Amino acid sequence: MKEQTFKITSADGVHARPATVLVQNAGKYESDINLHYKEKAVNLKSIMGIMSLGIPAGAEVKITAEGGDEDEAIEHLTTTMKNEGLGE
Amino acid sequence: MTHLQGIAASSGIAIAKVYPLEAPDLSYSKQDIQQPEEEVKRLHEALDTSKSELETIKEHTKKQLGDEHAEIFSAHLLVLSDPELIQPIEDKIKSDNVNAEAALDETANMFIDMFKNMDNEYMRERAADIQDVTKRVMAHLLNVTFPDPALINEEVVIVADDLTPSDTAQLNKQYVKGFTTDIGGRTSHSAIMARSLEIPAVVGTKNITSQAEKDSMIIVDGINGDVIVNPTDEQVAEYKKKQDEFEEQKKEWAKLKDEPTVTSEGEHVELVANIGTPEDVEGVLNNGGEGVGLYRTEFLYMGKSQLPTEEEQYDAYSSVLKQMGDKPVVVRTLDIGGDKELDYLELPDEMNPFLGYRAIRLCLERDDIFRVQLRALLRASVHGNLKIMFPMIATLDEFRQAKAILEEEREKLNNEGQDVSDDIEVGMMVEIPATAVIARQFAKEVDFFSIGTNDLIQYTMAADRMNERVSYLYQPYNPAILNLVNNVIEAAHAEGKWAGMCGEMAGDEIAIPILLGLGLDEFSMSATSILPARTQIRDLSKKEMASYKEEILSMGTAEEVVAFVKEKTQS
Repeated sequence: MKEQTFKITSADGVHARPATVLVQNAGKYESDINLHYKEKAVNLKSIMGIMSLGIPAGAEVKITAEGGDEDEAIEHLTTTMKNEGLGE
Repeated sequence: MTHLQGIAASSGIAIAKVYPLEAPDLSYSKQDIQQPEEEVKRLHEALDTSKSELETIKEHTKKQLGDEHAEIFSAHLLVLSDPELIQPIEDKIKSDNVNAEAALDETANMFIDMFKNMDNEYMRERAADIQDVTKRVMAHLLNVTFPDPALINEEVVIVADDLTPSDTAQLNKQYVKGFTTDIGGRTSHSAIMARSLEIPAVVGTKNITSQAEKDSMIIVDGINGDVIVNPTDEQVAEYKKKQDEFEEQKKEWAKLKDEPTVTSEGEHVELVANIGTPEDVEGVLNNGGEGVGLYRTEFLYMGKSQLPTEEEQYDAYSSVLKQMGDKPVVVRTLDIGGDKELDYLELPDEMNPFLGYRAIRLCLERDDIFRVQLRALLRASVHGNLKIMFPMIATLDEFRQAKAILEEEREKLNNEGQDVSDDIEVGMMVEIPATAVIARQFAKEVDFFSIGTNDLIQYTMAADRMNERVSYLYQPYNPAILNLVNNVIEAAHAEGKWAGMCGEMAGDEIAIPILLGLGLDEFSMSATSILPARTQIRDLSKKEMASYKEEILSMGTAEEVVAFVKEKTQS
């Protein structure tokens, strides 16, 4: 399993637009991909799962991927987080 | 005639026939089923049809409104293929042996309730998105026609409980003159889209759907938030006039959006906006603001259970600075205490909150709070053109202390290797008459003044602006106020500094000519006042206004001042 931790730097937290791009990109991989925030974990291929976390600015989140293409998935999603101005 | 008051969501006036956009009948009966596979198949067919419709709407929106507005439909499409939504529906069909309609409705409602109960207006509004999407799927399951606003072919005002984003996207501006709804707020999608489409809209009227029948006349005043059903002839005439004036005005204002603010002889003054949150910046830019003259940072501290962290503040300040580019942003440090309470600070009640422990007085004592804000500001300074001002300064010593703390924090950040802009102007609010009187002494040490008229007036006149019985004393045009303002401006200029104003007065039609004559450099007002003010200033001569200065300052009453200004400017 691969994982990567991020700090949400976007002033608005994780909002609809960046969440949409994350889910679209996560959907391209076979691996099980989850987003962890506080004690909760949701499927990163689920827009409603992500929105339901209500992640605010400054939050620490973790993305995990497990499966055949876990390396590529984590790498791609890390770039997405940066490109969308979400976190680093 | 029926009059309703709602929330003005998109400005302009619409007068047309009512077109009720009725929600289709989506009632269903819950049934036990024998062949769950059949139901799952029906579900997927309905999902697929809905997806292809949404693709079409998305393309349509992209063409009409641009990529940004079409984004919402990308999110809607993801909802329709969301495994966390679809899987539970399928499971329900199979385990409970219920029809697809019941499984969809019950599962979607669970999510909708969850979003509705979130502690955040933005998230609550997202419940409407899920509702919008599942309604479409439900309609296909039931084989009922989904309302199609694109079919409207005469001039109407749409009346609905709420407009979904997909409804709004299909509105044809040629026929849909405006809309009004029972529910919604200024940040609902429908309201945001209405502003982009420039269709007048009033939302949140609570019960317009039960008051307006199909084909009756209706007036929607998106400027003031009024809705009138079955207006009298006089009202129609009155609003037609208002409509014409608004259209004329808009044309005039729009021409000036990217123009500098200049007087008739070409002298430049700065028109900037007051904001409270990073979201307000869009409005500033849309209205041609030349900067931010007052960023009230209190909102970061309010409605919370604890102080905002340095990171939270850094994000907010950076966001504003980045959005404004190289335009100036004047940030006022925390102005809290007195009447603006923060429960978590547990400040004692005071007899005279406006004369009490607030703003810089609190910050200098609780420098633990103050330093966090200053650090966040200093770090954000590299992202734009930051200026910092301290509120409620009464003595020179207070200003020196506040500035010393700022410099200490800058020093610390430098030692930590953090980048800080070395070009940050540091100024003060002039709200307390004591500082206006000896502005000359302050001007030697500050980089700028910003006159906060709301408080300056109440302190000068010794009249609580919240107390209706003494509200007659709230006199912006009182020569006492004007003399203080003049004193501040003259003091600033004598030291080569600039003076601005960030109270209501700065955007006031009567005050503007006077302030121009006194030599005010920067006028900070609500964003929507900027274009009207710019229009007014272009017709005024600064030189002429300056020639009336001595006469105005030596007048005895506010009434004399108003009469004089009207006489001089209404020719």
